[in-house]
Amino acid sequence: MNGWRRRGGLLVAHLTEREAGLLRGMVGQVRDMLEARVAALPRDELAELTGITAGPTTPPEDRVLARLLPDFHREDATLSGGLRALHEPELLAVKDGVAGVVLDTCPARGGRLRLTDEQAQAWLAALNDVRLALGTVLEVTEDMPDELPADDPRAPHLVVYHWLTWVQESLIQALAGT
Amino acid sequence: MTTPVELEQTQVDPAVNEVESQDRPWLSIVWNDPVNLMSYVTYVFQKLFGYSRDEATKLMLDVHHKGRAVVTQGSRDKVEIDVAKLHGAGLWATMQRDV
Repeated sequence: MNGWRRRGGLLVAHLTEREAGLLRGMVGQVRDMLEARVAALPRDELAELTGITAGPTTPPEDRVLARLLPDFHREDATLSGGLRALHEPELLAVKDGVAGVVLDTCPARGGRLRLTDEQAQAWLAALNDVRLALGTVLEVTEDMPDELPADDPRAPHLVVYHWLTWVQESLIQALAGT
Repeated sequence: MTTPVELEQTQVDPAVNEVESQDRPWLSIVWNDPVNLMSYVTYVFQKLFGYSRDEATKLMLDVHHKGRAVVTQGSRDKVEIDVAKLHGAGLWATMQRDV
């Protein structure tokens, strides 16, 4: 990957097979985590009849999911719970949707990517979700070094994190036309 | 046998409600976090709320330097939707009543 460019109205980049595999794997993992959250909801006959799904009222225990699905209010747990029940199903659908766009448009064996602006915006959000997930597990800080000592078990994963950051930054610059 | 439920909003005097919401509006607040890119946060503010690049950059810098910024304000319903959109974009956002 040499970064994103705007060409003929499309956002264009090239991924190697390894890069495509890495990206698809991580986006798929985040999507699986979100799907598990949906699957954990108790079955609700009323929701099946009306099509209106109520989400859970409590935040996820898992720290990655908790970062992807934050509370609405910092102190008022009752308000947060009510708003979570109301909005989380749609939020999960949005996140599932952007992950789906990446998996549909990223060739499994790598190669040329050509995205419309709408697809590129979905990529941006999906890349961000993966960075949030990985950043949470790696416990990144604002002054995270470029590399960790070789004996740190997080070292190889931080390389992937920085690569994702670069892919996302490049896509923002191409989209914003700077 | 039953009758239609009278919707709650028909019983609220819109004028009173308006004054109250102007007095103490709800605020959507974006908090600093170590993952989201400065360029991405600026881009999201522009895309979601129609801020100019300069306005969006100023808000992003407030988040970065002061740890938080008020991004939108208004009725509870509006701000609730704004926060949901910010969560969709992966920003760490909450809402609260103006003090």
